[in-house]
Amino acid sequence: MSHESGLAVTTPQAILSTLRIPDTWNHKHLLGLEHLTASEINLILDYAEVLHGATSNGRSKLDLLKGRTVANLFFENSTRTKNSFSLAAKRLGADTVEFSSSGSSVAKGETFIDTAKTIEAMLVDAVVVRHSSPGTPHMLSNHLDCSVINAGDGPHEHPTQGLLDILTIRQHRGSLSGLTVALVGDIAHSRTARSNIWGLLKLGAKVIVCGPATLVSKHWEKLGVEVSYSLDKILPRCDVLNLLRIQFERQAIRPFPSVHEYTLLYAMNQERIGRSKPEILIMAPGPINRGVELTPEVADGPHSVILEQVTNGIAIRMATLWLLLGRKA
Amino acid sequence: MYADSSWLIENARLIDPSSGMDRIGRLLVMNGRFAGMDTPDGDVPEHIQRIDAAGCIVAPGLIDLATEFGEPGREEDETIVTGTTAALAGGYTAIALSSNSEPPIDTAASVEFIRQKGARADNCKVYALGCVSKGQLGESLAEIGSLVEAGAVALSDGPRPIENTALLRRALEYCGMFDRVVFDHPEIASLSRGGVMHEGLEQLKLGLSPIPAEAEDLATSRDLRLIEATGGRLHLTSISTSGSVELCRRAKARGIQFTSGIFIANVHMCDTMMRSFDANCKVNPPLRSQDHIDACVEGLRDGTIDIISSGHRPSSLEKKMLEIDAAPFGMIALETAMAQVVTYLIRPGILTWCEALEKMSLNPAKLLGKSGGTLEIGKAADFFIIDPERRWLVDATALQSKSYNTPLNGSELFGLVLSTFVAGRRRWTAKV
Repeated sequence: MSHESGLAVTTPQAILSTLRIPDTWNHKHLLGLEHLTASEINLILDYAEVLHGATSNGRSKLDLLKGRTVANLFFENSTRTKNSFSLAAKRLGADTVEFSSSGSSVAKGETFIDTAKTIEAMLVDAVVVRHSSPGTPHMLSNHLDCSVINAGDGPHEHPTQGLLDILTIRQHRGSLSGLTVALVGDIAHSRTARSNIWGLLKLGAKVIVCGPATLVSKHWEKLGVEVSYSLDKILPRCDVLNLLRIQFERQAIRPFPSVHEYTLLYAMNQERIGRSKPEILIMAPGPINRGVELTPEVADGPHSVILEQVTNGIAIRMATLWLLLGRKA
Repeated sequence: MYADSSWLIENARLIDPSSGMDRIGRLLVMNGRFAGMDTPDGDVPEHIQRIDAAGCIVAPGLIDLATEFGEPGREEDETIVTGTTAALAGGYTAIALSSNSEPPIDTAASVEFIRQKGARADNCKVYALGCVSKGQLGESLAEIGSLVEAGAVALSDGPRPIENTALLRRALEYCGMFDRVVFDHPEIASLSRGGVMHEGLEQLKLGLSPIPAEAEDLATSRDLRLIEATGGRLHLTSISTSGSVELCRRAKARGIQFTSGIFIANVHMCDTMMRSFDANCKVNPPLRSQDHIDACVEGLRDGTIDIISSGHRPSSLEKKMLEIDAAPFGMIALETAMAQVVTYLIRPGILTWCEALEKMSLNPAKLLGKSGGTLEIGKAADFFIIDPERRWLVDATALQSKSYNTPLNGSELFGLVLSTFVAGRRRWTAKV
């Protein structure tokens, strides 16, 4: 447990009044974007911007959640999301406790619910959970009294990732309404895709899912999402491309013949940038496979907002923690 | 005369699927057998026990072809004693116990074990199903002749599909010699492996691994073709897709002899229930989408589906507390199946009582070649009394089953089994 009590930090009253939690916000947990309304999503985005500014663009701390404890409970490898949540908690003055374990609970002999209850018994106020099995945050929310934040449950949802992607787009384009956003790659196994789809649709964007037919289900059309198997065909219409990582580890039978063929069809390279709208935004949730989903020139090029996404991640997570824990503070 | 196996049940609605009878009357049971219908007072023994069953239905005891307990090997899920008590509470007077135990029932000795344990429990009748393949491994035939000799009523690899087509063909040919039915759970595992729920929009939203409908359709199609080729006897234990129903309908129209069954969950529980991520909704066949449910209900109505089974598959609490990917398949259903049929098939007018009892009692008895499914005079008095209008709340912890894994916990159902009689002996009385 880390507690940097040496720093005397206070929150200016002006910021506190800006961050008043509206009565309409009644969520204890953040499990996904599917069940949030557009105004709730906008509230998180707005507060993320306020908190980002209030921490001097992330370089100072507030005491909004002083005395509160956030536990990171990661049952799957993660560095960026875990660190992002930790930093977000610390910038709001909360203490953090880290718990990592890989593999399923069957292998360990303790159910993950018991593990979570053990952590909760250390008097934490929120549990940030990542797990390879969909629904684990929902199960925890039924068994724990504290707040539960989904940091990725298998291919189901990764709400803070969806929110930070949307925030990044909003910062560049002002509004999501009317924009065409394509999610490219492994849609089937991507929690980022699902959270993006819910959030983008609610905020009025047009969503295209694009990738090999083995990874892009036709059923998405029932939600009003366009399904495409050809990046080249949709490219001229897109305002934003979100290039999802191919999750080799989740697939029993390879859904495409080779990485070489995948890059031929779906990798974003300079040549494809040339055929895109001039102001196209290139996003990737990371970790990126350079040379697979996108070439280094594109990743590091002028259209790429990949590192802004990372910065926005902390802002979104601060806003999430504040909205879930702030009322009690 | 055995006083405890003679009864006069009065004012009951007597329903007998074997004769099509459905009327109010009185039923005389003497010495464990049905002895008379509307017997005049003068012919009724003076001190016989009388039951006034006004407003209730008296029907032949239910017979289940898809019950799993776990004993031997998984007594933490269900023992033969707790499971057969649950069966009685649900109106079942006989169950054919799945071979899916640890070890699986693939030797004469293990068949003997099941039969003796069943007899000792002295609840409902317990018939043993023997394995089709040694160790349920799907590689080579179990010693089917010995299993039958020891009393196996039919052959089944339990919830495991007989994946190897050549083995299934051999099994159909070989079991024919003993006039025994082969049970197959139709599923092409290479299409469904790792799957957790029905493939479709709901599954896509939840990000759970898919079990596609065609994994079942293809197996059903294959099985039907093999029945035709071998003339073997086959029971499809658990169809759940519109494709399977249509394949069975066409096969029956062409005169192919087989039976098809459905688990009660697949009659009314929709894949949208998986939104709760409740591991109790993780079953195999998976809860399907509404279009498949509608097709199955139509298959029940038009007679394409012959048998409704409980699909009772208990799992101890700690197993179902696991992540949904890791949790085992199955839900308990022996104590709710009849009420589910009342609530979702009989009350909405899809099946008559007589048709429902045909699928839950008479047809299973015929398939096994056992007595049952009838109120005929002279036959063993296996029957139950149910109040069809009585509403009750499912409380999983109050059920007789050792496990609690039912997503119906907290739901209200119609139709409460009041008493169950096996060979005339009242073996179950509900606390009401």
